[in-house]
Amino acid sequence: MSNEAVLHAHSDAAAHDAQGGHHHEHHHHETFISKYVFSQDHKMIAKQFLITGMFWAVLGGLMSVLFRLQLGYPDTTFPWLEDILGKWAKGGHISPEAYYALVTTHGTVLVFFVLTAGLSGTFANFLIPLQIGARDMASPFMNMLSYWFFFAASIVMLSSIFVETGPFSGGWTAYPPLSALGDASPGSKTGMDLWLISMALFVVSQLLAGLNYISTVLNMRTKGMSMTRLPLTVWALFFTAILGVLSFPVLFSGFILLIFDRNFGTSFYLSDIFISGVGALPNEGGSAILYQHLFWFLGHPEVYIILLPAMGMASEILSVNSRKPIFGYMAMVGSMFAIAVLAFLVWAHHMFVTGLNPFLGSVFVLLTLLIAVPSAIKVFNWLTTLWRGNIRFTPGMMFAIGFVSLFISGGLTGIWVGNSALDIHLHDTYFVIAHFHIVMGVASMFGMFAGIYHWFPKMYGRYLNNSMAYIHFWVTLAGAYLIFWPMHYEGLAGMPRRYYDYSIWESFKQFAELNRFISTVAIIVFAVQLLFLFNFFYSVFKGRKVTVQNPWSANTLEWTTPIRPGHGNWAGEIPEVHRWAYDYGKDGKEFIPQTTPVGADESHH
Amino acid sequence: MMTTVQTNEPQRIHPYKFTLWVGMGSIVMMFAGLTSAYVVKKNQSSWLEFDLPRVFWFSTIVILLSSVTIHLAAKAFKARDMGRYRTLITVTAALGVVFMLMQTWGFFELDARNIALVGPKSNSAASFLFVITSLHMLHVLGGVIALLVIFARAHSVKVKSYSSMPIQLTATYWHFVDILWIYLFIFYNWIG
Repeated sequence: MSNEAVLHAHSDAAAHDAQGGHHHEHHHHETFISKYVFSQDHKMIAKQFLITGMFWAVLGGLMSVLFRLQLGYPDTTFPWLEDILGKWAKGGHISPEAYYALVTTHGTVLVFFVLTAGLSGTFANFLIPLQIGARDMASPFMNMLSYWFFFAASIVMLSSIFVETGPFSGGWTAYPPLSALGDASPGSKTGMDLWLISMALFVVSQLLAGLNYISTVLNMRTKGMSMTRLPLTVWALFFTAILGVLSFPVLFSGFILLIFDRNFGTSFYLSDIFISGVGALPNEGGSAILYQHLFWFLGHPEVYIILLPAMGMASEILSVNSRKPIFGYMAMVGSMFAIAVLAFLVWAHHMFVTGLNPFLGSVFVLLTLLIAVPSAIKVFNWLTTLWRGNIRFTPGMMFAIGFVSLFISGGLTGIWVGNSALDIHLHDTYFVIAHFHIVMGVASMFGMFAGIYHWFPKMYGRYLNNSMAYIHFWVTLAGAYLIFWPMHYEGLAGMPRRYYDYSIWESFKQFAELNRFISTVAIIVFAVQLLFLFNFFYSVFKGRKVTVQNPWSANTLEWTTPIRPGHGNWAGEIPEVHRWAYDYGKDGKEFIPQTTPVGADESHH
Repeated sequence: MMTTVQTNEPQRIHPYKFTLWVGMGSIVMMFAGLTSAYVVKKNQSSWLEFDLPRVFWFSTIVILLSSVTIHLAAKAFKARDMGRYRTLITVTAALGVVFMLMQTWGFFELDARNIALVGPKSNSAASFLFVITSLHMLHVLGGVIALLVIFARAHSVKVKSYSSMPIQLTATYWHFVDILWIYLFIFYNWIG
């Protein structure tokens, strides 16, 4: 097994050169299938996650454009919509069923397939072995399986879009009874079955991946790489994996009970409710709230599964491009630990209006607002890292700064919605939409873009085009604020989310122009993402070639590998680590890589 | 938690073993989710109280016994007593199958007592018992399959295996599903 080889390489330094040579030679004999399809190389698996994630991002983004068309132009008909959507847009008008299906699939796809698999799948696979000094993951085979389970989940989810009754349309949270009763809506039939199968496969994929990440970080670090010398990216991805491994199984158990209610007539979630056209259900005593508890026990950690990798990458990129050590390394690790612990203790703040005991609610308010403390520590540390740095405004750096901006803007409204009294008014309004899209959606997308721009030279040995990158950055940043900022006002005015048409409501008619404005900006922002995709694929093949090993003058280990590393990462011996990852501007030196031994005349850090 | 693994000693835990431990942690979370849902549901209206199938007591003894046999099997492997090793893993796998049959028997016993496990007449008390116990059976089945794999290896004439890693991993997992059942048994009887 290649893992044995990895372990061998760790312990037996003498055999290294021969083995490295062997590695290199081995690579010329790889077939297309073993190199690009069923690859066990963590770097290739990372790229597979990234490309699949991009596919879903385009599809999920396009869905949002389609339902924004409905929201911005409720009275206009678009004949071309009927051409692409068929019966779902009769007469050029998206039908209510299609609208709900689009909203649901947009949410599911963006949260799970793009920002979980696409984000942590890409960067955990790519960065963990490279930054801790390992030849591959603890189990490269399980790693490959994790991608292919994700791929299978993707195929099933994609196929659900094409079934006759349409994909699931009861919201990405899949609350019963909409998810448990086939008769509830067209999307609750085959579409929901496929949704459940797809999500079950996805959970398996995430568990396989998470087990591997944790065991790799704890067991496969190179000599000298103590936990406190790890780059913050690895810490963040490590906490992300722990959150995933502990919370996804709970979601899975919620799904199992849901499957029994759907298919075997049990009464976990269903009670004797009355359905028009069907009559009263035979079920007795089920509780739909029970599902919400199980769902949000995953659902809230999921928010940090999405956000932590972005935080880690932003920390690394901000420090590298400010040419300064990260401010408060241990505080960063500690606050991520605090966030990871608190993530499990706040799930009921999604359920303040379900009839939750107000006393219990106040406990959850307290725990929720406590998250502001580690979050504020992180923001403070990012700003002080930037403070008086020699900032290089590379595209990666721009996106990392943009991430900090969005995290502050979206985090502040979290204090509003985390308050159970305010939440009575704000629950299920556009205020919530604005809050979570900024703080978790767009901010994490910015972290992901920052990571792609920063590590693209390592992934493909070429650079992305900077001009296109700057256009991409500015339009996306301005667009993100222009789309989501006005939604705060709509939400404060009480405008509920998930409605099909607001123009027939006296209270919300006033927002017709604003909705049109938001939809227009959304279309522009979507178009700019296509520019990014063009830049990405063009640069993979035709981009400016990387000619130096360490283009950003960074300290971390991935930049000590060859420009285009093979399977095994380092041609010779795995380098030994002598210091932490953030010795920038120390003792008059611009940067000191982690592999440089500590000199006798060096000041202490 | 992390500080204990910081040291760079050569005698670190094998990554596969470590992965198994984390994996067992995630299985624990799944059953914790289910049993806490059980507790929440029990405190709501219309919860059917009934006695556990009697056979669950015997299946508990069987799975405890199988933990003893797999422990002895691992010992026999280390002593290179291959004949004894083969017999013991066969006995363990057989006990695993017997355990699953007894659990199934338990479901039939409930059915005979007119307690529906699924379907419109079922009470979620019985459904919970059925779902959680069946899920545990699936995990036992996983252990039996792992045993069959190492059983095939032990009988292979071509390849002689000296690594004790597979039997160690299987034994750890087997003890885990055993303890998991003990937890569920105590939970059904006295906690839930």
